[in-house]
Amino acid sequence: MSELIIIALGSALVSNVVLSQFLGLCPFLGVSKKTNTAAGMGTAVIFVITLASFVAAIIYNYVLEPLGLDYLKTIVFILVIAALVQFVEMFLKKFMPSLYEALGVYLPLITTNCAVLGVALNNVQDSYGILKSVVNGFATAVGFTIAIVILAGIREKIEYNDIPAPFKGMPIVLVTAGLMAIAFCGFSGLL
Amino acid sequence: MNKAGERLYNGIIKENPTLVLMLGMCPTLAVTTSAINGLGMGLTTTVVLALSNAIISLLRKIIPDKVRIPAFIVIIASFVTIVELLLEGFIPSLYSALGLYIPLIVVNCIILGRAESYAYKNPVIPSLFDGIGMGLGFTCSLTIIGLVREIIGAGEAFGFSVMPDSYIPVSIFVMAPGAFFVLAVLVAIQNKVKIEGEKKGKDMSKIGSGCSEDCMNCGESGCSARKFYDNSEKAETPETKKAAEEVSADE
Repeated sequence: MSELIIIALGSALVSNVVLSQFLGLCPFLGVSKKTNTAAGMGTAVIFVITLASFVAAIIYNYVLEPLGLDYLKTIVFILVIAALVQFVEMFLKKFMPSLYEALGVYLPLITTNCAVLGVALNNVQDSYGILKSVVNGFATAVGFTIAIVILAGIREKIEYNDIPAPFKGMPIVLVTAGLMAIAFCGFSGLL
Repeated sequence: MNKAGERLYNGIIKENPTLVLMLGMCPTLAVTTSAINGLGMGLTTTVVLALSNAIISLLRKIIPDKVRIPAFIVIIASFVTIVELLLEGFIPSLYSALGLYIPLIVVNCIILGRAESYAYKNPVIPSLFDGIGMGLGFTCSLTIIGLVREIIGAGEAFGFSVMPDSYIPVSIFVMAPGAFFVLAVLVAIQNKVKIEGEKKGKDMSKIGSGCSEDCMNCGESGCSARKFYDNSEKAETPETKKAAEEVSADE
């Protein structure tokens, strides 16, 4: 149990997926102008990454490893994840329209996001079993959500500030992200 | 200028993937802790990009339009796996320095973007050179960013000490936050060039046209449209279109 908590804290805060590993930067910078869209994106990411790490762990532990096809993991994971996300999208559209309405627009954006593949590969690299993989996936995605919601909150305030013209838009957001990354460095004493 | 030369020039200068189009930001930030890592990552990506462009261009008449994205992904992922195994065998130091970011070349926006917007529509030779040009452009910018971070953050360039002994390295620059700051300054310079250029009436629309500004509308780069099975007719139903518009209006 304590091992699971350490994994969770480690991937949610200490080695935050965007702020220290730089995975999933595209949605982090692109969908963070408003807190509610950021929260929507975060929820979709939690959903997809948790599911994807579960499926990837099953495939790796029960198919690839017993057959000695370890080296095929990149190809298999990326295809499985892409297919899975699209399947989930269709499933939600048909059976849970309300959830689809909330998450649907974000799903195609994270189909083959590097964070999703990154978590799946990380799980394999650290030879996590299925339970640990799911916990790690969930925690990583929570870390992503924390970061994107905080960034969106800051960006809403920045909007009204007087910023030098060349720094308007992306540069000031990157500076903000850098300062957040410094703050998150503080968590490294946690474990 | 002949076709191949034009593609090289286009990739390295005119449409430099990192410095002009702003594509492939994840590896750009993650592996540029030193110039040599940036160079290694850039060259690895170049190999994958050139080979996958060539093969996709060869197969462009065979791959059905609807399943082109998974087909591209399989081709790209195969080359990434080959390159990964080669690096592990022959340059283990680079392999361990780049780590997770080698398999993640698969999801690099640049590669899928070039496959979709160039290789799928053009003959083999120009596609190959487009891949090499884009790859070298990526390599140059990664090396430059790595060099800046290494000089400021460690007082070294390619592992050799270049700063006077009295220089105290600002080690934050080789850590994660430094990557964001260097990129911020880079984009600010880019914006400056864009503003000046627009004043003179030049066409600056290519600058920053990658997806980092707006994930929802990065059509050409292939970031938002990576669907396993392209049901684009279905995707354009009024509800989804409306929802997508709402989100981009929110943005």
